[in-house]
Amino acid sequence: MFDVRHAVGALGEVALTIAFMAAIVAVLELVLYVIFVRWRKSKLSLPILFVAPVVVGIGLLYVYPLLWELNVSFTKMSIRNFYNPGLLGLTGEKNLFVGFQNYINVLTGPVLKETGFYQLFLQTLIWTAINVVITVTIGIGLALLLNRTMRGRNLYRAMLILPWAIPSLISLQIWRTEYNNEYGAVNQLLGMIGIAPISWLTDPFWNFAAMIITNVWLGIPFMMVITLGGLQSISHEYYEAAEIDGAGWWAQFRNITLPLLRPVMVPAILLGIFLTFNNILVPFFINQNELETSDILVTALYRAAFQYSRYGFAAALAFVIFAILLVFTIFYVRRTNVLKEAY
Amino acid sequence: MAGASATTHTTSAKSSRSLYHRLFTDAPRGKDAPGKRLLVHVILIIFSIIAVFPAIRVFGVALRPGDKLLDPQFSIIPPNATFEAFYNVLFKQETLQWLFNSLIITLGTASIGLIFAATSAYAFSRYRFRGRSSGLTFLFATQMIPGLMLLVPIYLIAVQLGLTNTYRGLVIAYSVTSIPFSTWILKGYYDTIPFDLEEAARIDGCSELQSFYKVLLPLSLPALAIVFLLNFLAAWSEYFMASVMIGSREDLLTWPLGIQRFQQQFITEWSLLAAASILISIPVVILFVYSSKWLISGLTLGGVKG
Repeated sequence: MFDVRHAVGALGEVALTIAFMAAIVAVLELVLYVIFVRWRKSKLSLPILFVAPVVVGIGLLYVYPLLWELNVSFTKMSIRNFYNPGLLGLTGEKNLFVGFQNYINVLTGPVLKETGFYQLFLQTLIWTAINVVITVTIGIGLALLLNRTMRGRNLYRAMLILPWAIPSLISLQIWRTEYNNEYGAVNQLLGMIGIAPISWLTDPFWNFAAMIITNVWLGIPFMMVITLGGLQSISHEYYEAAEIDGAGWWAQFRNITLPLLRPVMVPAILLGIFLTFNNILVPFFINQNELETSDILVTALYRAAFQYSRYGFAAALAFVIFAILLVFTIFYVRRTNVLKEAY
Repeated sequence: MAGASATTHTTSAKSSRSLYHRLFTDAPRGKDAPGKRLLVHVILIIFSIIAVFPAIRVFGVALRPGDKLLDPQFSIIPPNATFEAFYNVLFKQETLQWLFNSLIITLGTASIGLIFAATSAYAFSRYRFRGRSSGLTFLFATQMIPGLMLLVPIYLIAVQLGLTNTYRGLVIAYSVTSIPFSTWILKGYYDTIPFDLEEAARIDGCSELQSFYKVLLPLSLPALAIVFLLNFLAAWSEYFMASVMIGSREDLLTWPLGIQRFQQQFITEWSLLAAASILISIPVVILFVYSSKWLISGLTLGGVKG
C-alpha cells in the first residue's frame, strides 16, 4: 500500500538533508569568497571555490573515517564496550586500549567462529583467481564471436548483456532460489539429464561452486563489452596484411589481437580482480546458511563488524585486507605499467 | 606396409581437409564460411539462453497461481497463468513505497554528486595549483578502498552522531562517495574539449565562471548524463550501507531492503518476489541496454584520457 503520509515524510527528510548540506556549502563558499576573491584577490580563487566542498566532503567521509578506524583498531571496542573510544581508547569514558592485540588476533586466532585468517585468505585467492580467469576467457571468446558482420548481432548483444543490466541484488535473489534443492531450476535441469540433486546451499564444495557459477554469470558481460570495445578499435589492415603473409587464425589472434587488446584489458582485469576480491554481494547472498567455507575476507569483515559486533577486531582486519590490496596493486602496477597507460 | 598405411592416411586427411576447407576456411573477403557461421550462431545461442534463462524463469514463476507455487514444472507460461502476484505486489504490499523511497534518495544524491563533481573536475582540468596531482591520485586511490572498510567507521560515527535510522546519514554518504569516480571521469572528458573555446568566450567578456557554465557545461552534456546515470545506478541498487543505516525502520526501507521481506518467508512469497523483481528490473534494464554504448565509453573515458 502506498501511504501518502509516509511518502511526504520521506521526501521531507531527504529535502532537509540536502538543504542542510547546501547551507554548509554556502557558508563555506561565502567564507572562501571573502578571503580569496575580496581580500587576497587570488588568481586561483575559482578552482579554490570549486574544489573546497569536495575536499571537505572527502575529508569527512574518507579521511576522517579511515583515521577513526585506525584508531579503533587499537581498542577493544565492541557491542559490550560501545563507548566513544577517544584517542587510542585511552581518553574515552573507559580504558579500551589493547595495543596491537587485535592485529595479533587477526593473524593468529579465529576470524569467524572457527575459520582463521589464512584459510579465509586462501578461499579469497581461489575465489578471485577462478572467477577472473573464467570471466576473462569467456568474455574475450564471446567478444571475438560477436565482432563480425552477421544477422542478429544486436539481439545477441542485448541478450548477453542482460546479466549486467538486471540489478545484481535481484539476480542474486533469483539464483539463490533457483539453487533450492527441490524446487530450484538448477536441480530440475540436472534431473532432466539424469543427475541426482545437488545440495547447492548446504554442501561446502557445491556452495562454493554455486557462488562461482553465479559470479561468472554476472561478470561475463562486463568483460565481453570491454573486449568488444577494444576489438573495434583494431584496424582491419593488420589482419589483411597478416592474411597476405599466410598467418592462420591462431597466429593472428596471438600476434595481433592479444597485443592490441592489452591496453584495454590490463586495466579491465585489474578492475575485475578488485571487484571480485571485494565482492561481498555474491558470497553473502548465495551462502545463506553462513557456511564458513564459503566466506571470503570481505564477508568475514562484514560478519566480524555487523554480526559479531567486534568493532576493534574488524577495524584491524580491515587494515590487514587493505594492506594486501595495496601490496598487490603496487606489484601489478609495476609489472604492467597500467597507470602509465591510464594517466 | 608402412608406406600403404601412410598413403591411406594422407588421402583420408585430404578428403576431411577438403570438407573442413569448405566449411571453415574464410570465404572471400569479409564473410565467414557457412559452417563457421553456423558454429558461431550455435555458440552464441547457447550463451544467450544461459544469460536470459533466469529472467524468463522468473516470469514463469510470477505468473503462477497461488496454489501452484512449488510445482516442479517447467513451462514458461504456467497453466492458469494469473497476474495476481503483480496486483498484490503493487497494491497490497509496500513495494511502491520502497520504490518511491529509493527514487527520491537516488535522484537527490546523484544530482548533488554530479554538481560537486562537475565543478571540482573543472578545477582539476583547467587550472594548475599546488596539490593538484596528489589530489587526483588521492581521488583514484579512494576507489581502491573496499567499500566495507569505510562502512564500519561510517556506521559507528553515524551511530554516535545520531544519524542512523534516518535518511540523513544515508543521503550524505551516497552524495559524497559518488564524487571521486565522477570527478575522475568528468575531468577526463573536459580534457578532450579544447580550452580555446573558453578563452574566446573570456575575450568576448565572459567571466571565468560564465565561461564554465555557458561554454564548457553545455558541451559536456553527454558526459554529465553518463555520470548521472552511473551514480543513479550505483545508489539505486546499494544494499549494505542502507541495511546498516536504515534497516530497522520499516517505513524508510529502500527496495533492495524491502524485497528481502519477501525472501524471509520463502515458500509463501516466492511469486511476490518474482513479480516485484520484474517490476523493478524492467525500467533499469531498458535504461541500461539503451544507454550501454555510452555507459561503456563513460567507463573507459576516465581511464584512457586522464
